[in-house]
Amino acid sequence: MPSNVVLVTGVGGELGGKLLARLGSNEQLERVIGVDTVPPSQWLVDRMGRAEFVRADIRNPLIERIIADAGVDTVVHASMTAHPAGPAPRVAVKDTNIIGTMRLFAACQRSPRVRKLVVKSTAAVYGAGPRSQAVFTEDSPLKPASSRGYVSDAIDMEGYIRGLRRRRPDLTVTTARFANLMGPAVDTVLTRYFALPVVPTIFGYDARMQFVHSADALAVLEQATMRDIPGTFNVAADGVIMLSQAIRLAGRVELPVPSSALPTIAPVLRGAKLVDFSPDQIQLLTYGRVVDTTRLEQEFGYAPRWTTREAFDDYVRGRALGPVVDRESLATLAGKVATSAVSGQASGRAQPW
Amino acid sequence: MTDRDHVNGARLSGNGRGRRDGVAEGPPIPEQATVLRLPRPDRGPAGEPDGAREPDEAGDPESHGASRGTGTGAEPATAAQRGESGEHSRSGEPRRSQGASIVRFPGAATTEERWAHSGQDGRTDAVPEVLPESLAEAVAFLANRLTGEYTVDEFGFDADLTEQVIAPALRVLYDKWFRVDVRGAEHLPERGGALLVANHSGTLPLDAAMTALAVHDNHPGDRFLRILGADLVFQIPVLGSLARKTGQTLACSSDAERLLGRGEFVGVFPEGFKGVGKHFSARYKLQRFGRGGFASAAIRAGVPIVPCAIVGAEEIYPKLGDIKPLARLLGLPYFPVTPFFPLLGPLGAIPLPTKWTIEFGEPIEVDGCASDGDPMEAFTLTDQVREAIQQMLYTRLERRRGVFGG
Repeated sequence: MPSNVVLVTGVGGELGGKLLARLGSNEQLERVIGVDTVPPSQWLVDRMGRAEFVRADIRNPLIERIIADAGVDTVVHASMTAHPAGPAPRVAVKDTNIIGTMRLFAACQRSPRVRKLVVKSTAAVYGAGPRSQAVFTEDSPLKPASSRGYVSDAIDMEGYIRGLRRRRPDLTVTTARFANLMGPAVDTVLTRYFALPVVPTIFGYDARMQFVHSADALAVLEQATMRDIPGTFNVAADGVIMLSQAIRLAGRVELPVPSSALPTIAPVLRGAKLVDFSPDQIQLLTYGRVVDTTRLEQEFGYAPRWTTREAFDDYVRGRALGPVVDRESLATLAGKVATSAVSGQASGRAQPW
Repeated sequence: MTDRDHVNGARLSGNGRGRRDGVAEGPPIPEQATVLRLPRPDRGPAGEPDGAREPDEAGDPESHGASRGTGTGAEPATAAQRGESGEHSRSGEPRRSQGASIVRFPGAATTEERWAHSGQDGRTDAVPEVLPESLAEAVAFLANRLTGEYTVDEFGFDADLTEQVIAPALRVLYDKWFRVDVRGAEHLPERGGALLVANHSGTLPLDAAMTALAVHDNHPGDRFLRILGADLVFQIPVLGSLARKTGQTLACSSDAERLLGRGEFVGVFPEGFKGVGKHFSARYKLQRFGRGGFASAAIRAGVPIVPCAIVGAEEIYPKLGDIKPLARLLGLPYFPVTPFFPLLGPLGAIPLPTKWTIEFGEPIEVDGCASDGDPMEAFTLTDQVREAIQQMLYTRLERRRGVFGG
């Protein structure tokens, strides 16, 4: 039975908003309702088509009435914030993440018409560390870096999903664990991090980074909504780039900081409203994280169109990140220096060194 | 900003349409070809990655969308999406002009401008032709490093860096200091997954690096040995990232099986720290082979085991004592005392110039073993491999005339 009435939470976010726009222009759906605490952007209002927006807090009992009154049969929970872009009040975010999710799931369990749940989770639930396996499959154990971080919210949420599935075995539940989103319009802690002119890294470590392009993430969420594919799936692009490589590709300057000095630097960056270095984030930037996407390609039936490298290049292009140091010219310069050393004649431009 | 958003929106709508039929057939063909053709703000054609160039040749993005979509979802382009596509083409102009400028940061403007000019006319020949080949290669390598134009695999293995920088550095130690002699190179598997199991010793695990180099240099196909290391290796700054870049990964069954499944040649030292940190008097006496996880991994993956005996490594730092409180303080498994360390300080860290022999034995097939995880079978295989290595060690030691002369 295909979905008819879809409820999407977190449409104020990039992914949720675009999903609402896509579903809103889908003729097969009878009704599409978007929910968030913030009003939709003008961009979204122009594009959401037949979709309706309800300004509501999922922590509020109102959500149960919306689901019951509209006869919602498919709920897409996309409001979970595991990577807030900037420093956000932790208590408020945790409240929405945990209480909001519990309320929403409770409403889903209560309403007999709900038969499908799609949840946006994060690959950060696997943690990252020297004892972690190099590539995480969906069956790997979930480990938060700290018991208070956003990632632990996601792990708690996955626990609630298990509980809901136990109590409502008839429910089709699709959980998508997304790698870090990358794309021109993506605003996460990581996209802000790579936009810093001087990028602090952890000395002596070079993390393996894996991204997923926001277009692929959107396609996965949409397919999960339109089709019935129960299960948990890692969603990430093919290929890996190293953190140092990404910084070079973005034309930034790397500043290795000893891990012991990080507690000093992190508050400065947080205070300057630049990026929030949470323990989860530091763990990622130290050890990196790569997930296996075999299940996504074979069971779910979606092959990401963008590789990690292409997604990152698209982000760099889309943000118009100009090089702080033009490495290509630097490389040309190195060639020229070598030439002049060999041929014995100095070229004018090689002189500044 | 709005322009960019529209471009992105258009791309999003284009992307979701195809490949609903799902299962991967060939490499993913991104449909963003039109976007990729836009001039990049900071990179010339020389910097275009191969992966990004391919989609251009894949042809008209529209035809892909039409032929691939089997349509369960948003097949017909809605008014909103059509609107976006229109804006997409219109927004091409401002993007182009925006892309042409280089964002200047204060203080660097003049230098950047000069570089930008030199870059634009010098880009196609970033490596001048007059250079001798070896130097040109080095410059090209450096240029690729600086611009980030290289690839690593999912374990973080950087083949380029290993081959160009790390292997040459280790080769000095390998050729001049330890004068490594390799026997049985014909036993190295030509291709396909295989597991090399060797004895571990030397207080500092130099034997792992030397074995990897011995495999690479003596294999006709320059095969890389993917060594499984202890978690401590990945905790230590610099060493940990270097280990990953040279193809090592954590010694755990999931990583081992993943590598073997990809058809890699995996190296493992089952003695672990018990082997590296054994007392000098225990040299060439194989320690317990861990829990025998390597055997079950080989059985499950159905790959042969290549036993390997390393002679000479066990005398490079004769470990006579262990300062346990210091080891605990530093979080290390042991703090070695050798005749020269810590007595001579950093000088004591110079390994003794022993003569090494690395012998690869005949591969042990695991075909006969059931792959359903019979623990007894794994134990038997573990013992068999251990026995083979111990025998090779004794035979090699009998023939050895001197520790330093071989």
